[in-house]
Amino acid sequence: MTAVAPVVPEGSAVRRRRRVGASRSSTGWAFLGPFMIVFVLVFIAPIIYAIYLSLFRDQLIGGSIFVGLDNYLVAVQDGNFWAGLTRVSLFLAVQVPIMLFLSLLAALALDSGRLYGSNFFRLSIFLPYAVPAVVATLMWGFMYGTRFGLVGNINELFGLGLPNPLSPDLILASIANIVTWEFVGYNMIIFYAALRVISPSLYEAAAIDGASQLRVILHVKLPAIRGALVVAAIFSIIGSFQLFNEPSILSTIAPNAITSSFTPNLYAYNLSFSGGQYNYAAAVAIIMGVITMIIAYAVQLRGMRKDGQP
Amino acid sequence: MMNHHRKRIFTGTSVFAVSALALSACGGSEETTETDAALEEGGTITVWAWEPTLDQVAEAFEAENEGVTVDLVNVGTGDEHYTNLQNAMRAGSGLPDVAQVEYFAIPQYILGESLMDLSEFGAGDYAEGTFSDGPWNAVTFGGEGIYGIPMDSGPIALFYNQDVFDEHDVEVPETWEEYEEAARQFREADDDVYITSDQGDAGQVTTMIWQAGGTPFSTEGTDVTVDLTGDEGTARWAEYWQPFIDDDLIMPVAGWTDEWYQALGDGSIASLTIGAWMPANLESGVPDGAGSWRVAPLPQWEAGESQTSEQGGSSLAIPEGAENAELAYEFMQFAGVDGGVQERLDSGAFPATLEDLQSEDFINREYEYFGNQQINQVLSESAQNVVDGWQYLPFQGYAHSVFNDTVGQAYEGQATLEEGLGDWQDDLTGYGRDQGFDIAE
Repeated sequence: MTAVAPVVPEGSAVRRRRRVGASRSSTGWAFLGPFMIVFVLVFIAPIIYAIYLSLFRDQLIGGSIFVGLDNYLVAVQDGNFWAGLTRVSLFLAVQVPIMLFLSLLAALALDSGRLYGSNFFRLSIFLPYAVPAVVATLMWGFMYGTRFGLVGNINELFGLGLPNPLSPDLILASIANIVTWEFVGYNMIIFYAALRVISPSLYEAAAIDGASQLRVILHVKLPAIRGALVVAAIFSIIGSFQLFNEPSILSTIAPNAITSSFTPNLYAYNLSFSGGQYNYAAAVAIIMGVITMIIAYAVQLRGMRKDGQP
Repeated sequence: MMNHHRKRIFTGTSVFAVSALALSACGGSEETTETDAALEEGGTITVWAWEPTLDQVAEAFEAENEGVTVDLVNVGTGDEHYTNLQNAMRAGSGLPDVAQVEYFAIPQYILGESLMDLSEFGAGDYAEGTFSDGPWNAVTFGGEGIYGIPMDSGPIALFYNQDVFDEHDVEVPETWEEYEEAARQFREADDDVYITSDQGDAGQVTTMIWQAGGTPFSTEGTDVTVDLTGDEGTARWAEYWQPFIDDDLIMPVAGWTDEWYQALGDGSIASLTIGAWMPANLESGVPDGAGSWRVAPLPQWEAGESQTSEQGGSSLAIPEGAENAELAYEFMQFAGVDGGVQERLDSGAFPATLEDLQSEDFINREYEYFGNQQINQVLSESAQNVVDGWQYLPFQGYAHSVFNDTVGQAYEGQATLEEGLGDWQDDLTGYGRDQGFDIAE
């Protein structure tokens, strides 16, 4: 290629300009390179591999065959998958609003400056987030025990008949409780950080106008941290759809209440690791990823549009 | 890199040495020569296992054979171990030379042609009179090939807390009828005490069906029969066990959980029908029960019978494609038949070898934890009375993973055991067909 003599004379302005442009963009790529390599290796490549996997079916008898979109067709008709998806959607609809409301409440309380020992308060609410999810779930699992756990002790001490938190009817609520406990502090920190950067001049203006604390919250603070609210909501949506650790660990003490397809993620995991159905699991995972992306994107769009309004 | 290279060269030499020997030797077993040569050459083998008693075995093997290194790796227990093993098999690289495989999981690997047939190393010598029937049938899967060397066995017996039985004046049951009676007596006597706990455990249930003479699963080549709804033994168990759930006769606590251990310790679980590997677990997990626990023969369906079954137990196997198979086989022999067995018995394992099962030393050993009872008399007896003809599915691991989705629901009152077994059957036949088996129901 390089052996071909250039048609355009050396001194041509066109040529020089183009070369400058080309080298500038190649410098850009060089700076971007390390990121792109890692991005492609750890993000793009696994996704492409998963898509590739999902187009095959591997059988104990007969080996691997190409089946096209067959796995996807099976997945959209799979009752187990939809039951799991419905379950995490219910979880999302109930747990996320409660958790975000509690986080917001804590952040506003901290930000009000009227709290005594606010550093201690902030740290202790945040602390559960520092506990690994596995440990947290084990801990709550002990407490939920109706025989030797905290629930059992309370029942015995006060002669109560608290229902079993690990029964099939209550297990989802029990998991929601664990997740809320884990993540209230994390979301609180996001909100609190957003509240701290609000310009004091806005508060002064509000004070001059004679606005009450409630009005300041509703009309100054909340609008100002809308971006943070949207981000926290998106994280929580993704977290709900990816629910895995808590049910996976609790399933040893509540094996019947938490089925192998309790959440879509747990289902994909069991499909591939208990049943060796890697291909089908890949299809389920991809469908789940697409659904999550659509919902997260919709929430973001809605959040942004409001943001853009005057 | 270095290591890998050396291993290759080593394999080459040993094959060469063997062919030279085969040319000159007349008669004898050339396979044995091959593995013996491997032993002399030395080398490194990787063993994937979670069985704790193998630590001492590996050390003893290294001490006995100079130049041999055993790299014992715990890649996880149960499912996690199989996941890693399956991944290595699929990838065809990073395989261990020896892998621990539980009896129920063997058929799965035989079908996938991922385990070496050990007959080529001379494992056929052990076909008669070396191992008890249950484990040997499991590693041969009723066919010609031999796919593992049994490491231990788990004939079941009734482990019970003598103090709790005495306190409530309940007789130790000898039949299942008496067992149900005892269960009711406990519930009437004390609201906290149950005869046992059960929250739906696939391993436990298959064991009970096995003892009841059921054969819900059978496999011949790629023809698989799943008959959980029509099989007599299965129905016998389901009918018997349903009232235990309905009438609150069993503690609804899952096995191997913290609550379970506590309940065993404080006497609210009075007995367990469980495999012969349990003593070591009781000693370490339930220290409070020291002196209280005893072992009795398993309750029978008909008075005077002595039928039992097996629960759990593992073998050692060589994955197809392992680099150092000859040396691996030597190690397996050592761990399963030769010097290593005693090491493992001393650490509380229950043998699969007839010689040890019948040795005076083993049978007459007194256990302090069990009030100096000679528990091996009961357990060895059980090992010799295992009901013939039981088979696991070639996808038993999967079957276990969906057991609680189906049969387990009966424990929550969402269905009857019979309905749950029907659901389990539906799931298994569907999975089997997807996997390319010819399924008969």
